[in-house]
Amino acid sequence: MKDETPQEKVARLGRLRRDGGVLHDYQAPRWDEPFIMEQGSPGERGVLVPLAEDDVTAAVGEAADYIPEGMSRAAAPDLPEMSQYQVLRHYLRYSQMTLGMDLGSDISEGTCTMKYSPKMHEELIRGHKAADLHPWQDEETMQGLLAIVYETGQYLKSISGMDAFTLQPGGGSHAVFTNACVMRRYFEAKGELDQRNEMITTIFSHPCDAATPMVAGFKVITVMPDENGYPDLAAFKAAVSEKTVGCMITNPEDTGIYNPQIDKYVEVLHEAGALAFTDQANANGILGFARARDAGFDACHFNLHKTFSSPHGCEGPATGAYLCTDELAKYLPVPLVTKVGDNYHLDYDRPESIGRVRGFLGNWMGVIRAYAWIRTMGPEGLKEVAEISVLNNNYLDNLLMAVKGVSRPYAEGHRRLDQVRYSLEQLKEDTGVGTEALRDRMVDFGIQSMWMSHHPWVVPEPFTPEPCETYSKDDLDEWAAVIKKGSDEAYADAQFVLDAPHAQPIEQMRRTEAMEDPKEWAFTWRAYKRKILKQK
Amino acid sequence: MGLHLARLQEEDPEAEVKRLGLIVNPVAGVGGRVGLKGSDGAEILRRALELGAVRDAPRRAWLALERLARVRDHVEVVTWPAEMGEDEARAAGFEPRVLGTFCGRPTWAAAERDHGHDVAALGVAGEFVLTSPADTEQAARDLVAAGVDLILFAGGDGTARNICNAVGAGVPVIGVPAGVKIHSAVYATTPAAAGDVAALFLHERPAAVRLREGEVMDIDEEAFRENRVSAQLFGYLSVPYARGLTQSAKAGGVAGEERALNDVATEVIRDMSPGALYILGPGTTTRTIMTRLGLEKTLLGVDAVLGGALAGRDVTEEGLLRLLQAHPAAHIVVTVIGGQGHIFGRGNQQISAPVIRRVGVAGITVIATQTKLLSLEGRPLLVDTGDPALDAELCGYAKVVTGLGERTMYKVGL
Repeated sequence: MKDETPQEKVARLGRLRRDGGVLHDYQAPRWDEPFIMEQGSPGERGVLVPLAEDDVTAAVGEAADYIPEGMSRAAAPDLPEMSQYQVLRHYLRYSQMTLGMDLGSDISEGTCTMKYSPKMHEELIRGHKAADLHPWQDEETMQGLLAIVYETGQYLKSISGMDAFTLQPGGGSHAVFTNACVMRRYFEAKGELDQRNEMITTIFSHPCDAATPMVAGFKVITVMPDENGYPDLAAFKAAVSEKTVGCMITNPEDTGIYNPQIDKYVEVLHEAGALAFTDQANANGILGFARARDAGFDACHFNLHKTFSSPHGCEGPATGAYLCTDELAKYLPVPLVTKVGDNYHLDYDRPESIGRVRGFLGNWMGVIRAYAWIRTMGPEGLKEVAEISVLNNNYLDNLLMAVKGVSRPYAEGHRRLDQVRYSLEQLKEDTGVGTEALRDRMVDFGIQSMWMSHHPWVVPEPFTPEPCETYSKDDLDEWAAVIKKGSDEAYADAQFVLDAPHAQPIEQMRRTEAMEDPKEWAFTWRAYKRKILKQK
Repeated sequence: MGLHLARLQEEDPEAEVKRLGLIVNPVAGVGGRVGLKGSDGAEILRRALELGAVRDAPRRAWLALERLARVRDHVEVVTWPAEMGEDEARAAGFEPRVLGTFCGRPTWAAAERDHGHDVAALGVAGEFVLTSPADTEQAARDLVAAGVDLILFAGGDGTARNICNAVGAGVPVIGVPAGVKIHSAVYATTPAAAGDVAALFLHERPAAVRLREGEVMDIDEEAFRENRVSAQLFGYLSVPYARGLTQSAKAGGVAGEERALNDVATEVIRDMSPGALYILGPGTTTRTIMTRLGLEKTLLGVDAVLGGALAGRDVTEEGLLRLLQAHPAAHIVVTVIGGQGHIFGRGNQQISAPVIRRVGVAGITVIATQTKLLSLEGRPLLVDTGDPALDAELCGYAKVVTGLGERTMYKVGL
């Protein structure tokens, strides 16, 4: 198959396994499972708590008397009454109807850097050494944890070139918000806050780069891309003035196009006395190759739950690592984890700090996982992560660009780094099947539904895969095959794709607009009863 | 499917048959292919056909209807005879209800022969009825009387204007772009997209489609042919739009666009200085500002506000210059007018070069939602004040107010 063209290759791959392709003939389990609030019967219990023995009650009184006045309920809570087995069965059924993170391919989740999180790391954070720690423990008794936080900070400093760090923020956007607060404090200290109130970002940066400075009280100026897909430098220059606080931008942006002139943008800001921050939530494409400090940036951040292998969201929880230069270090949140001699400390004595951004040490479970991962990989391994990510992405790109209806806007002839924002505009124009329909179809092959784009959609009918270093060549082939299959089906029988999914436990959600309407959305049982069931 | 999920799904949409009104302007666009800048009038049609033009609007209408055909069982097409809709509907597999008649109307070829023109020499089949703007208007009125839920038309700005004249914003209208002039903001991006919007709106997901007021612009074709552009804002049609089908509905969903509009207005009002005169150009975006101030906006004209009160309604250029004499500290607030991206020189000619010069370029605030900017697909905002030196000064980048505390750098060009 040496002389096979990409077109021939995706055509060969884009069939079911039994027909010689690589696609799974998948069928999701389907349970007609009622809500837990609709189950159970009166008197049924999961755990029977024994009553206190008489002599205990005689000695200390009734347990209920210990509840402070005003904190005890007048009526029993409206909870379902069920046995342990029933509860377990209910949630197992639900879990079967989801495509778990280690079950399907997460190549679909571009911009998220969904890499495999080694299961051994769970042992580290769930073992008694970590799990039994108490947040109010004295620092001398948790030197091990402080050492891990401190050393992780040292690694991140050398990866970014920055001078100082905090791992307190509880997520990527939180670290980005921390930056907006640090910049605000910096100009407040300089007495320039009345004059400077504009933050610059770009349309292809993460939306938190616009949202968080706004929360910090700044106005936000967004720069659109030029024809090459870079933020328009002339527009950027026109946006910068004596009012500018700084910029909060990504590189590469969501398009995967690396901006080799990023230092020019930083220069423009510095000449105007402003600061430069780069959002490196996803640093997979540049790890070991490009450092924020070397491009002149004053601060940056990483998501430990993306680039550094800790899982996302509730599986994590998330950790945002924020790093900056010495000039900004005095404004970092307290406490900073420091090292004096052989001892680690929590330094609260920082009068110019912006204060706390999160309780205690933040989500240190993510830090332990990241530490373990960095130690396992080593400096050469980290570099290899970037190399394989970029290689994977360009291999996948070669296959996807051979699929009819797929295009890749901007910067023709330039390689992308770790992800690409593609467009299905042509497929939609030809067949009526756009990115939302194809997304609903791909789950029928046991592949996670694909991430389309942040809002607003600058690229029409967008989708954004990110095949990070976790994935094998077979995984990449399978993902490209799904897109090929979807495209073939769209051209042959568009309605079939528009009606997807066909192999999932639920049908297409037709009224997604209800999710945007406070009058209709229902995120609690009580709201569901009131709004959907129309019960009081 | 789980019980609770079944409850979340829509009520059975199968039950009801909706009515689609169809109007095709068969001669729309003939001028364009041969550089005639418009297709109004029998004379232009003949010249266009002489130059080898093809009447393409019926094919474009068919492309839209073919897309709509997937909901054929749930949509009744109501239309006018022959090429004004009947033929296209049948070609796409519909059984249309046909109103009106062309009985007794001479074909174009017959009429031309009566005027002594040699049709045969053109080498085109001329056996069609030459329809007029009056036909479009009558068809629109008939369709509304027949109780249609949506009018789909294939044509250009002239056609849109005829429909607007006849029925106003009383019934939703979606345009299949088929004309030479498409300055109005009432068209889907492609014929197929028009069919998709109609299918969603009439049957598949009515709740996912919202209505917005789209500007109806038209330019004087005579002047246009002499390379003078004189575009006017004629009114508004009620235009359905849906996420994913029209660029403009993409940011944060359909409800998001209304919120964004409100945010833009709040931002402008927050920055207003009480002693300054504010000249507000036409458009629904500027109207939101006036509404928030408790004032009534002249939708097609220019109003002036001072200290939160009305200082002038539907003001002419001369009126604006007079106001500026009394109140030299002034600002101009304009938005994108029409589908081409103009901020000056289309539909707001009252804000003329002398007016802009009096206010000063620094006093101009451009407002638009980010989705409106994205709908320009990277094309710059346009200025055409008739004063080349001023146009050059206006070019560069505008800090467009796009939300609460939000500006977007956007290119301004000629």
